Amino acid sequence: MLAPQHVMLFSLALFSVGVIGVLLRRNAILILMSIELMLNAANVNLVAFAWARPDVAGQVLAMFVIAVAAGETAVGLAILIALFRNRASLNVDDIDLLKW
Amino acid sequence: MDGQMLMFAALAGVALASAVMVVTRRNLVHSALYLIVTLFAVGAIYVLLRAELLGVVQVLVYAGGIMVLFLFVILLVERPAVAAPGKPRRVHVAASSLMTALVAGLLAWRFLAGGPDRAGDTAALSAQGGNLEAVAMTMFRDYLLPFEAVSVLLLVALVGAIVLARSKA
Repeated sequence: MLAPQHVMLFSLALFSVGVIGVLLRRNAILILMSIELMLNAANVNLVAFAWARPDVAGQVLAMFVIAVAAGETAVGLAILIALFRNRASLNVDDIDLLKW
Repeated sequence: MDGQMLMFAALAGVALASAVMVVTRRNLVHSALYLIVTLFAVGAIYVLLRAELLGVVQVLVYAGGIMVLFLFVILLVERPAVAAPGKPRRVHVAASSLMTALVAGLLAWRFLAGGPDRAGDTAALSAQGGNLEAVAMTMFRDYLLPFEAVSVLLLVALVGAIVLARSKA
């Protein structure tokens, strides 16, 4: 019998993979992709709760999260393009203008 | 172990395995393709959890829209960006692993403390062969204001992305 706890465990693992991607990798595009993984993990939790209660409001909230994630990706990738135009690099170690 | 549990285990395994591949591949295009596999598996899990509409939206918006955007940008900037990967330093790896373990441990602590039990008849979520109607009713009655706010946010993101990404000429 599938319980919400199983789904939460999966979501936890997916989120952890996203966290380690953000922390370990230094390519800015890959960091954005890892953020997508984490957002998906949050959505899985929302859907699992909506399924367990059962209450459809959680699915509506997950829909909003997807919309916000789409906006975040568009703006993030636009920033990366502007960054690449200025520094010719997407390595986050090279982005140190504000560092002293 | 019933059928739903088996399906969930298989889909979760696929999603997690390709998520690990996303994070470990050197080639960005490979990462993006593995991310598409993860997104599809997560969409299938949505369908399994009686969120059919969300599963479709996941495939349309994520696997369709967002990943195309990612691939476009990767192809746009790939060549010089991939030249200098470099191995992460050991202290960096250790600190990252520690941080991840900390975050995962805190989340697991919260998760194991509670979480809802299955309360009612989950089949009620998709009574008429899908939950489009239920989601639409909730979204446009109870969550109309957040819905409008999100649409304004998307418009702002659209304009912002164009302004940021266009060339100076």
